[in-house]
This record gives sequence, C-alpha cells and structure tokens, in this order.
Amino acid sequence: MFSFKEIFADRWYTAAAAAIFGGFILAFASGGSQDGAQAVSLGKPLSEEVIAAADLSITPDGTNLPAGSGTPAQGKIVFAKKCAVCHGPEGKWREGLAKPPLVGGIGTLKSDKPVQTVGSFWPYATTLFDYVRRAMPLNAPLSLSDDEVYAVSAYILSLNGIIKENAVIDAKSLLKVEMPNRSGFVSRWPGHTH
Amino acid sequence: MRNTTPKAAPLSDEFAAGGGLLHRRAFLRSGTVLATSMAAAGLTMREAVAADGPEWMTKQGAPLRPYGMPSPFEKHVERAVLLPFGPVADGTGVALTPLQHLRGTITPNGLHFERSHNGVPQIDPAKHRFMIHGMVKNPLEFSIESLLRYPMVSTVCFIECAGNSFFNSNLFSKAMQVPVGHLHGLVSAAEWTGVRLSTLLEETGADVDAKWLLAEGADAAGMSRSIPMEKALDDVIVALYQNGERIRPEQGYPMRLVLPGYEGNMNVKWLRRIKVLNQPTYTKDETSKYTDRRPNGKSNLFTYTMDAKSTITHPATGLKMQGPGVYEISGLAWSGHGAVKRVEISADGGNSWADAHLEEPVHSRSLTRFRMLWNWDGKPTTLQSRTIDEKGNTQPTRAKWSRSYGPGQLNHCNAIQSFTINPDGSIANVFI
Repeated sequence: MFSFKEIFADRWYTAAAAAIFGGFILAFASGGSQDGAQAVSLGKPLSEEVIAAADLSITPDGTNLPAGSGTPAQGKIVFAKKCAVCHGPEGKWREGLAKPPLVGGIGTLKSDKPVQTVGSFWPYATTLFDYVRRAMPLNAPLSLSDDEVYAVSAYILSLNGIIKENAVIDAKSLLKVEMPNRSGFVSRWPGHTH
Repeated sequence: MRNTTPKAAPLSDEFAAGGGLLHRRAFLRSGTVLATSMAAAGLTMREAVAADGPEWMTKQGAPLRPYGMPSPFEKHVERAVLLPFGPVADGTGVALTPLQHLRGTITPNGLHFERSHNGVPQIDPAKHRFMIHGMVKNPLEFSIESLLRYPMVSTVCFIECAGNSFFNSNLFSKAMQVPVGHLHGLVSAAEWTGVRLSTLLEETGADVDAKWLLAEGADAAGMSRSIPMEKALDDVIVALYQNGERIRPEQGYPMRLVLPGYEGNMNVKWLRRIKVLNQPTYTKDETSKYTDRRPNGKSNLFTYTMDAKSTITHPATGLKMQGPGVYEISGLAWSGHGAVKRVEISADGGNSWADAHLEEPVHSRSLTRFRMLWNWDGKPTTLQSRTIDEKGNTQPTRAKWSRSYGPGQLNHCNAIQSFTINPDGSIANVFI
C-alpha cells in the first residue's frame, strides 16, 4: 500500500515526464513495424539435456521408456512398502481402500456389473508405467526409481494374470504385453483410428 | 428463493404452456404495481429511513481494503468439496460451484469449480518453466514474464468437467436429493485471457504433419492429456488471466490451457510442457477415466465436445418454495458445439413446452441465463428445461441418455434435469 502523499512527492514528476516523453519514444519505436507483421518472439532455445530431463510421457510405441527392469516378485516388495496402504496388498478393493481396484474385472465389461481396473480396462501397458512413474505414490510422486516402476508395473500385470509370475519387464517386454481390453475402444476423433 | 410481488391472477391468454408457464408480457403488464406503493404509504425518503433506524447509516463504515471480499452474511455461498478417497487424499476430488446461490453467467473466481488430482501446487511464477518440444524445428521455453509481453486474446467460455452431473448418471439408480450445485456445479464460466497456443506453436516451427500434442501440468499428479493439433491451431488459449485477474491457484496459476467447448480435464492446469507428436499418448486420464462405456462393453475414446445442456437453478434442489404465486424460473444453458439458440421449459413434467427468454449476450460455448415467469398453483408438478443449440443439438431425457451408455457410466451426462415441486414447498430431484 502507498499513500497519496508518496505518489505526489516521489512519483508525480516522474509520471508526468514519462507521459510527455513516452509518447515520442513510442512513436519512434513503432516506426519500424507499421505493418504489424513483426511478431513477438521471446521463446528461449531448449537444450536436448533439459528436454530429456523434463520429458516424462511415454507413448504406446514405447518412446521414452527408460533403461532398467523389474519382476513381479521385486514389485511385490515395493508395493507392500509404498502402495498397499491405499490399494491393499494385492490391489483388490475392500472398504477403506482407494477405488477403483487395480486387479480383476477381466471379462466383465459387457455385463451388468462391469469392473474397470488396470487389468480389465486399460488398453496399453505403457500407460501403467507412465502413470506410476509420474503420480505414484500419491504422497511422494516421482520418488520411485525406474527399476521400481518396472517392478511395480510387473507386479500389477502379474496380479491380473496378464504376464507370468517369473516375467522380467523392461522397455522391450513391456511393449509386448497384450492388454485384454486393447480392442475395446472406439476412437471418436475424426481421422484417428485406435 | 424469493417469491416475486403477488400479482393479479394471470389472464388466460398469458399462459405460454401448461403448468402455469407465463408469456413475458404478463410481467410487463404488472410493472406499474410496485411504482405506486411507496407514494401510497405517504412517507418521505428521510422519514422512511429514520423510522427504520439502520445502524449502518449512523456510523462510519469499515476502512477501505486492498482486496475486496464477499459480505460475511454470504458465508454460506461456497463450493461443496467432495473427496472420493477421503482424508487420505484430500487434494484429490472436486469442488462444485453453488449454482443455487448464483444468478449471473460469469462464475466468481473463488467459486469456479475445481477438479484436482493431487492437490493445488503453490507455484512461484519466477521459477515456472513452460516448454514446447517434440516435432518442432526449435524447441523453446517461455517464462511467465515473456508470455505477458505477447499479444493476448480473451474468450468468455464455460469449462465443464466431463463428470459433471454424475449424480444423474448411471452411477446412481435412484435420484439423489442434493442441491443443484451438487448436481450440475462442475460447470463454470469465466473470461479467460492469454496467448493463443497457435502463436507459440508457430514460433517453434511445429511440424505441419504432427496431428497431436501432449499437454502436461506441473502438479503432483503430472496430469496430462492428448490434444488434437486441429483444436490447438483453432482456438486454444494459454491463459494467464481469469475474469481480469491472474488465474487462481486452484485454476492453474500461473498458466493453464483453455479449450473452449471441450471437456474440462483437457484444459490442463499449471501447464508446464507441450510435446508435439504424431500420435496420442494414451495417458491414464484419457484411457481409464475420460472414456465412455457403451452398452456393448466397448468404450468411446477421445469424446471431447461437451454436449448441449441446461438446468433450472431457481427453483431447484437446495432452495424452498414460499407458497403458491408467481415465480421467475431461471437457469443456465450451454453447449460445447456453439451458441445456445433456444431453451424450452416445461412445468408439467414434459407434456408441454414453451420458449424461455435468453439473456443477452449469448456467447458461443459459454453459459447463457434463461428466464421465464411461472404461476405456481401450489399443486405438485415437475419443472424441466432443455437446450437447443445453433447446430440443432438438444438434450435427451434421462431415460434415453441412460440407455445409450453402459452400466456405471458417469461421464458426458447431458440428460434433461427434472425437479418436482411438492405442495409443502420442498423440491426434489427426480429421474424421468
């Protein structure tokens, strides 16, 4: 907050001068761009390193999947420590736990009681890795190592019976995972078929 | 809700439709009644005020303050906060606009609805970086300071969560008795001001063959969505201002995307990154949440435009009638496809309909206020409204909407809202 006294004492003359001379300065400055075609262009170039550090997103073709790997058994340990408090030890829902469940519901989507889980609904396994890495656990997002994310992903896929218990999940094998509801979507965006 | 001044019983030719809906001229005819009432009492203005003795006219008021706040008598006008996971995830949920307490078309900034996925980040704008990269000639980073120097545009539009009206969706088999703000308060409208996304994409030299963008927020959920390039080049704004002031933290401070007409989730808040791509990313939100399951078990993907919709807000659940007499029915209508062309109202459960008056200006893809006079005879009846937009889209009944989706489907519910008015003055949400 400032008082009127301050404005008049300290800023009045400056403001008046700016008003008088500013007009001339602006007139000169705008002389070069009368056609209005000159665009404001203030973006700063980004280095590959900065982009690589910021680019979290993973597309279904596997772009951006990092090095590393994990197994369901390794994932079970991480899950028990960091995920089970909200999701239950095996990702199944019960009273007091976060909905929806992570496990089950495969084959229920046409029924009267469809259950949408990672296993029954999500079309791509890459989405699982992407989401766990960026958003889980809720109280410490981005805290899991890439190995841990692969392991937790493997554990959830294994609980759903989508991969074998002894499977090793890494950038290559994650891409080969066939999600049960892969063909269960119809794109409504013109020109894009899912 | 307030009853309007009682008037003489309407003439028979003043009814616009069944159930007591009145033509606008019924209101114009009664306009002279009020003007004469004070003179009839024989009081001067000074005497009238002195007799009333309002204490706030006899002492100095509160000092001026730098930022105005609502009256303490309006404390009840606040958003309803719903947390689906409870206190364990108190930053995950929705805050709904209290439609039953608002009468305009622009939502006050503190009452704009909110959907947040893991809390509201308190972002220092000096440290915030926004980058555009991917299929571009020159990947660029823009500071907030630099964005404020770009030529700006403003658009008045609604933002509606795809899950708005979930209480009336297939999640519920019985109509829930909650205020209209709970039923439909995941829609709000504001004047958004910022830089066209197309301007910034042009500066990076984005590849003309790239058909998709990935937009990502700087929140603790890293909320991200794919956006078609066609929409990005059309009318998407990187917004910095909301109703003239900088965007509130809950709405994405210091910057968010605004995609007029598209589902709320795509209007990514706390925008930090846009990646130009030739495919959608199939993020968690656009696959597991914002897809629409049909009766055959298949799900529609990338259903972006919010359909034609309306709801009566007065009278509505959360309010109470004050006896038979003339009321103004008032509500909001909107469509993501364009401007609202007509709003029809029924006061007899859908048997007959009449056109409501639309308040000007009717902005494309924004909230439009509609009004209509109604003479309630005190008997039970059901009020409904339905929008017809400029493209001819209209609202289905709740029964029809429900049948076109699978069990439990909640998103994109634009069914006609029905409120039953009971003789005791209570108002109920009903499924028709």
